[in-house]
Amino acid sequence: MNTAQTTRACETCPAHNVANLVKLGINLEGTDYVVALAGNPNTGKSTVFNALTGLRQHTGNWPGKTVTRAEGAFSYSDKRYKLVDLPGTYSLLSTSTDEEVARNFILFGQPDVTVIVVDATRLERNLNLALQVLEITDRAIVCLNLIDEAQRLGIAVAERTLAKDLGVPVVPTAARRGIGIQDLLHTIHDVATGAVIPKPKRIVKHAPQLEKAIGSLAESLQSKFPGLTNARWVALRLLEGDDRIISAVRTGEITSILSLTELPRETVGEGVLE
Amino acid sequence: MNAISNDDILLKAGNLRWEVGENLHDSLMESLYTEASRIADRVVTRSGAPGRFNWDRALDKLLTGRWTGFPIMILLLMVVFWLTIAGSNVPSSLLASLLLDTVHPVLRSLGESLSMPWWLSGFLFDGVYLATAWVVSVMLPPMAIFFPLFTLLEDFGYLPRVAFNLDHLFRKAGAHGKQALSMSMGYGCNAAGIISTRIIDSPRERLIAIITNNFSLCNGRWPTQILVATLFIGALAPPALSGFLSASAVVAVALFGIALTFLTSWFLSRTVLKGEASTFSLELPPYRPPQVLKTLYTSLIDRTILVLWRAVMFAVPAGAVIWLISNIHVGELSIAEYAINWLNPFGLLIGLNGVILLAYIIAIPANEIVIPTILMLTVASTGVSGYGEGAGVLFELEDNLQYLSVFQAGGWTLLTAVNLMLFSLIHNPCSTTIYTIYKETGSVKWTLVSSLMPIAMGLSLCFLVAQVWRLATAGG
Repeated sequence: MNTAQTTRACETCPAHNVANLVKLGINLEGTDYVVALAGNPNTGKSTVFNALTGLRQHTGNWPGKTVTRAEGAFSYSDKRYKLVDLPGTYSLLSTSTDEEVARNFILFGQPDVTVIVVDATRLERNLNLALQVLEITDRAIVCLNLIDEAQRLGIAVAERTLAKDLGVPVVPTAARRGIGIQDLLHTIHDVATGAVIPKPKRIVKHAPQLEKAIGSLAESLQSKFPGLTNARWVALRLLEGDDRIISAVRTGEITSILSLTELPRETVGEGVLE
Repeated sequence: MNAISNDDILLKAGNLRWEVGENLHDSLMESLYTEASRIADRVVTRSGAPGRFNWDRALDKLLTGRWTGFPIMILLLMVVFWLTIAGSNVPSSLLASLLLDTVHPVLRSLGESLSMPWWLSGFLFDGVYLATAWVVSVMLPPMAIFFPLFTLLEDFGYLPRVAFNLDHLFRKAGAHGKQALSMSMGYGCNAAGIISTRIIDSPRERLIAIITNNFSLCNGRWPTQILVATLFIGALAPPALSGFLSASAVVAVALFGIALTFLTSWFLSRTVLKGEASTFSLELPPYRPPQVLKTLYTSLIDRTILVLWRAVMFAVPAGAVIWLISNIHVGELSIAEYAINWLNPFGLLIGLNGVILLAYIIAIPANEIVIPTILMLTVASTGVSGYGEGAGVLFELEDNLQYLSVFQAGGWTLLTAVNLMLFSLIHNPCSTTIYTIYKETGSVKWTLVSSLMPIAMGLSLCFLVAQVWRLATAGG
């Protein structure tokens, strides 16, 4: 009997790992990795959040329930994770406050893993956001949530094909019932530790001329702002004429957004009518 | 290399923009959508038998129908309140008899056995403890019923349908349709409702939603509404119907609050916050079977206990204040009596009385303690015998008839009850809400508007009702 082998066998058994999950609630001290939960509104991000952290972030069946970032923690296989539940957003190019919170965090908060929660019953619309997120980060996982509901509606999603098409791991879940959470944990762990390196297919092919423009602009950005991640993404937004990104570059704020520890304080009272 | 400035980069971007063509954004979006649709086509297969009965669509037809939507909404509201009122009677009196009849005497005798001075045991047990016990026994049962019911509806997916139903009314009022959602959140807690206005993009519409959120009765005010309706309005009907009548009265006040929300939004969007209603898309989520046990657990633990805890935190100092002002005498009268006498003429003018006004001043930190405060002050100032154990001491009341006799001794009429219900709907927000408004708007001006406008409206309305009432009853 080889003991070492037995231990290994245990480690790969899901039953062992269930016991391995420690829900840490709001104890955020000394976390090793930061995991962001992104996705369209009402896809169950908060439910996934609760399942992982043991917190009871209020969930409700309506889009727009989460308007601020919620943070919690869990520990799994000796690593401590900070989990950030972001407000739902249809796009990374929009303008409202709650969607801005999500966009800034994925862009500049540099999460170690971004879990994109998608609604299996509305895959096409949800993929729009997923593809946008995959343009700015490699370390992403797609959490194909609400598969129980999809089943009820007679919708089947070939998750392996999806994973192949996107180039990132896809984990089917029904978070309300706790189904698939185990696989999700395992995948988060693999991606965070680098055991699995997702290679998202940057599907949207650019025309050669545009590609050249992005490259040259990104180079300038990188030399001006050495700490900037996602220089290519910022370059593309500049070429598009995205007002917020333009003003962030003008003021140099684009680098300070890097230290996004505070939620941007938004005030609506001033400037409406004075 | 570092010599380039931020503006150089922008200039470069501006120049390159000409080369890549001006429709870049559109073409990028288009290729994104095409890609999403291509992948979705590849991986999704639908096997739903054609012609299968679609529950979601059938329910939506009913719940958001032109003729059925509103009646069902009101009916659901009625059912929720009726269940809350009817269901909380028994546990409320059980709790009261436990906390007030049993525990309180034990505490007092404990104080005596420790030979505490009278003012210390009075302050601790008659002031602090009794106010707390009162809040727990009055608030816990209705909240333990109301919150789970509301959460079940929310879980099921009913809230976006309410937003859908109310959308065209909000648009007519010049406000954002999503205000229906922040309004619904306000029924739990106005501070939470105000934070939830973040889903509204336009600052103008968001301000309207913030200012009018106070017209959603929050859980601190439900117990006042329910108790007063049960005592005064329910008593007008034969016993079999009194539950129904009290529930109707509470629903009427809640609906009046919704009407005021529209009216105020309309007024604001035509005057100081002029502008067109912006369009938005709201996804109607699928109906989901609510998880009953989980909902019960979370709404009991999270919302009920949390809100109750807050109420207790505020009841403790309020109980102390009430005991102190009733027991510190300046000359003949206690401070409380001076204040009541001073407020009384104005109170009576607007169909309330000095006790109620003083109670609202003491209860600015939290609306939850309005009713206990009113009761304590009434007893203290009228000297009704047989209920209290001294000045400023909360007392145990075994049934509704006793409440009624205390109120009647305080000179209460049906008008007082009606106006109290109205005033409880329309007055300044509690201190937590005011602070939240300040945090969200970042503006002293709008915080003041949100706090002072409702109280001016409430006082005027009560005055108006009192005059009409007196004219009508004098004539008849």
